[in-house]
Amino acid sequence: MTGLFSEVFLSALLFGAVTAAIPLLLAGLGEQMSEKAGVLNIGIEGMMLAGAYLGFVGSFYSGSLWLGFLTGAAGGMAVALIMALLCVRIGLNQIVIGIALTLGLEGLTALLHHFQFSRSYPRLPAADATIIPLLSDIPVIGPAFFKHHLIVYLAVALVFAMSYLYRRTQLGLNLQAAGDKPAALDVAGIDVIRTRTIAVLSTGALAGLGGAYLANVGAGLFIPFITNGAGFLGIVLAMLARGQPIWVLFGALLFGVCLSLTTAMQVAGINIPTDIIQMLPFLAVMIMLVLFGRRASLPAALGIPYERGAR
Amino acid sequence: MFQCWAVMSNLSSSPADRRDIVALEGVTKRFPGIVANDSIDLSIRPGEVHVLLGENGAGKSTLIGMLSGLQQPDEGRILVDGKPTQITSPGHALALGIGTVFQHMMLVPTLTVAENLLLGGPWWQRPKTEELEARVASITSSLGITVKLHAKVSELSLGEQQQVEILRAMVRNSRLLILDESTSMLTPKGIEELGALMRRLVEQGLAIVFITHKLKEAAAFGDRISVLKLGRKVGEIPPERFRGLGEQEIISEIVELMFGRQKGDPEAVERPIRAVHAEAAPLLRVVDLAVAPTDNAPGLSSISFDIRPGEILGIAGIDGNGQKQLAEALAGQRTATRGSVRLEDTAIEALSVGERRQRGLRYLTDDRLGEGTVGTFPVSINFFLKQVGAAPFWRGGVEQRAEIDRRASELVREYDVRTPSLKTPVARLSGGNIQKVLLARELAEGARVVIFNKPTYGLDLANTLASRQRIRDTAARGLAVLLISTDLEELLSMCHRIAVIANGSLVGTVANADDARTKVGRLMIGLAA
Amino acid sequence: MSIDTAPTVSATSLDATSSAATRRDILRRLLMTLGPILVALVIAGCILLAVGVDPLAYYGYVLEKGLFSPLGIQQTLTRMAPLLFLAAGLIVAFRAGMWNLGGDGQFLLGAVTAAASAPVLVQIMPASLALVCSFLIAMAVAMIWSLVPALLRAYQGVNEIITTLMMTFLGTSLANVLVKLVFRDPGTTVPQTRTLPVEDRLPRLFDTTITSGLLLGLAAIIIVHLVMTRTAFGLKLRIVGANPRAAVHAGLGVPGLTIAVFAISAGLAGLAGAVDIIGVQGNVRADWNPAYGLAVIPAVFLARLNGFAAIGFVFLLSVLSIGGESAARRLGVPNHFTLVLVSIVLIVLALAEYVDHRYNQSRKA
Repeated sequence: MTGLFSEVFLSALLFGAVTAAIPLLLAGLGEQMSEKAGVLNIGIEGMMLAGAYLGFVGSFYSGSLWLGFLTGAAGGMAVALIMALLCVRIGLNQIVIGIALTLGLEGLTALLHHFQFSRSYPRLPAADATIIPLLSDIPVIGPAFFKHHLIVYLAVALVFAMSYLYRRTQLGLNLQAAGDKPAALDVAGIDVIRTRTIAVLSTGALAGLGGAYLANVGAGLFIPFITNGAGFLGIVLAMLARGQPIWVLFGALLFGVCLSLTTAMQVAGINIPTDIIQMLPFLAVMIMLVLFGRRASLPAALGIPYERGAR
Repeated sequence: MFQCWAVMSNLSSSPADRRDIVALEGVTKRFPGIVANDSIDLSIRPGEVHVLLGENGAGKSTLIGMLSGLQQPDEGRILVDGKPTQITSPGHALALGIGTVFQHMMLVPTLTVAENLLLGGPWWQRPKTEELEARVASITSSLGITVKLHAKVSELSLGEQQQVEILRAMVRNSRLLILDESTSMLTPKGIEELGALMRRLVEQGLAIVFITHKLKEAAAFGDRISVLKLGRKVGEIPPERFRGLGEQEIISEIVELMFGRQKGDPEAVERPIRAVHAEAAPLLRVVDLAVAPTDNAPGLSSISFDIRPGEILGIAGIDGNGQKQLAEALAGQRTATRGSVRLEDTAIEALSVGERRQRGLRYLTDDRLGEGTVGTFPVSINFFLKQVGAAPFWRGGVEQRAEIDRRASELVREYDVRTPSLKTPVARLSGGNIQKVLLARELAEGARVVIFNKPTYGLDLANTLASRQRIRDTAARGLAVLLISTDLEELLSMCHRIAVIANGSLVGTVANADDARTKVGRLMIGLAA
Repeated sequence: MSIDTAPTVSATSLDATSSAATRRDILRRLLMTLGPILVALVIAGCILLAVGVDPLAYYGYVLEKGLFSPLGIQQTLTRMAPLLFLAAGLIVAFRAGMWNLGGDGQFLLGAVTAAASAPVLVQIMPASLALVCSFLIAMAVAMIWSLVPALLRAYQGVNEIITTLMMTFLGTSLANVLVKLVFRDPGTTVPQTRTLPVEDRLPRLFDTTITSGLLLGLAAIIIVHLVMTRTAFGLKLRIVGANPRAAVHAGLGVPGLTIAVFAISAGLAGLAGAVDIIGVQGNVRADWNPAYGLAVIPAVFLARLNGFAAIGFVFLLSVLSIGGESAARRLGVPNHFTLVLVSIVLIVLALAEYVDHRYNQSRKA
């Protein structure tokens, strides 16, 4: 049991937590942007899967992780484009199309994987880390937080970039108006459809990137259903974060720790079903909701397609 | 900015060669089943308040929609500065210098005033807050208004929000300002102020299109009046004639244009108000009623009044001072923190909405589609929305369709509801017909006390007069009526007594005698009667 | 816009033409449904071509194994039982405007409690009574499980999409924990619950392998349809769904109705789990999660929340998944392809409805 609390164990645990948190963070940030602009994006799980699959394919054939991230983001964006056309442009039901996209991409990526990789199950080499000088020498913390792939630091930086975007830029204002009172944005001369399309496409790119990270860095391979609900977790994180990117980060880390703990306990051979630990973050959030359950401050026009002139 | 003002004052200084900023030529717009605008010609000039007058359904909103880029005409053309122009979007309209203040506020409630004014800049830019502040300062000082730039819009009153919208049009260098039914939510004083503001704006060289259905405002604020009726323009009074006529002459001319026959202001017809037995015991007695304020609604404090059988008690006041809360607290939709409500001899303050209704308390809401009806449900079901499960329309919880249809067609006939069929979704009816459905529902058997909340809001004249007659008849049947309205004329023409509500409490009650208008007016602006 | 000019028509004058109109309407609906399905099959066929599978052979095989072979059709009809219960539960929730996306968690907890209780109960009471009891227990557990999102939505206004999603993650894990720690069969090495003997399971219909759970499922969805369309209670739920403020205005007890909706919806999902276990599976293995909940949502939407139409779509879904599973074994096309097909059908149908709506509007104008 002493092994549990050794430095090595702790830093491995935290390292794993960060690795597990990054896809959730990217998905949550992406979903948050759609929701801010008034689009409930239930298809984000499908976008992550597209990103995971294409990200893996990109890296596998090119040998470059970065190219994989790029193809992954493009894959997520391609799915988001369908969502934007169907739900934003012609106003079909966002929940129906979202679920359709998730199911479709679950099936499609599994199908493609079956025909392409199911005989060989190829793996990518471990991603090389960018070691931050000095900080990485701190015991426990250093190896846990400062020896990750560069994209991890970029993802964390993105949290602050998004905060800035929402609070200080014209696009941030436009996004919020598109979600809270789209008609006001329209009469101010900004195209609501275009604003929401930008938001949904960005969501797709972020989710796709999250998926690509999951496959390329987290697992090193693609397997069907690899996201395992990460997209839905992203929806939960975005809704709980009430429009604040920093809360998506905290939430993602909380879930990341729990996910990492399950792996760690398996490795340590501890005889508790991992399901119990997987339940912990949900339990924590549900208890928080029950105790402090305030009315969720969701955008007024969330889920409602915009039609000019309709009241 | 200042150059822009200079150009405008040049324009206004030489009225002789004023040309149209915007002109409509033979503009026609069709919607399923109706012709909303039928080959309309209109010329809009700088330095003029051009009043568009017409009843609901006359086509005013459609016309505005086309000028502000929300809709495109099916036929005819719109000329901007003499050139035929397709106004393809609201953004395009703004770029052409056409700014619109819509009837329903078009501000984002969760953003500040400054952020709302900044909406619409190129998305890659940082909002130019300092620049905006300087411009707002120069515009507000020239117009004599003040605006709280850093307050959240949701914290502003409706009048303040309207000023923000006008300011937004000015910040965007609008040359033409369209005001759509802008007085419907203002106090008498606010309406006067808006009139003065419009005057200052046209003096600076702006063109204003002012849409209203109130004849007095048209006569008081306009330079030129165009009258619309059923989608057609039926007449115009140009400025030259306008100046030569007195208010009464203008009104009677407009009435002639609108109704094709000579008569006085139809709204102003005085009707004898039936006397009430002063010694009769009150049917509804409210004592010390209080409601806690919420995030977006004011509370109520120590509301007390009573209404006798056959009496109409009016509640006057500026919109948003607790009228809705009062109606909802009486109906049981909103919990009261204290106070008692007695219907005849029974205390009903602890009863549910349904139980109060059963005892004869009826509430006719002002929000006909928002809460009064379920828009997608058929007309027939909407008659019985407050009786779901009750015999004879439901037996053992099972719907008796034949019984429902039979009673519904009776009500359709009795209340003259114009509907293609009983199965038609109620949202497809016009506002006036939806109101008839609500009247039928609330006045049906067993009613004893009826609360009418803004019963004629947004209705055309025919339906307004019909609704008022229903209300008078209701009282004449011996029911107690509480009439909440923001239209002082309406209250003066119907009520026995008028109470004034401000900040959630009743600040005074006046008997509807000759001096009631002044007394109520003084109470509304915070003076003792 | 005002249509004041439309003539007043009394209710009776329409009746003469209405039956013909209804028939035309049904015909059009049918066309509007089958056409897009055909288009979707073509699109999905292109995907099959792209991965080197002959689509005609694949579809033929799926139809044969899922519909035309005696064994296949029996499997298909058996598969329908839990799906019908789930669809019934979703219809109640969606008609009342509540997005219960927690069907899988409710399903699994129902399944696990049924699997835990049935083998014990059959030993102490007559089998039929035991099965009824374990159905009721499964339903009750799923109902209680839905209480948290229901109360949060009813009294705190917390969005039910997040809470039901979280509860479904939580429920899936809890079901696994229960299987592994609490109800584990000591007699086997693989973690699973005790197995209900075949003779104690729901009887099969006649001489087939079709479970009688199918009849229960059909009864459930038809009852739900009638309750939602013909009764005062159903109308109240539909009012809450269509316009919650009108519900408050009309004096309906919205919080109570909200809790009732969640209870019924989750209860039916719990019954779906129970009918699958007691009728077919006999036990729950650890990490078993067929994820029917998410798959049924499209079927319910395609049916436009109509119970009878939902039976048709659930049947189609079952044919596709049974046939797809066989095709996976024989043709080497993973049965995940069914997901792709369902997804394309859903999107094409939604598009067709949009186009139809647009066409109607422009024709009226």
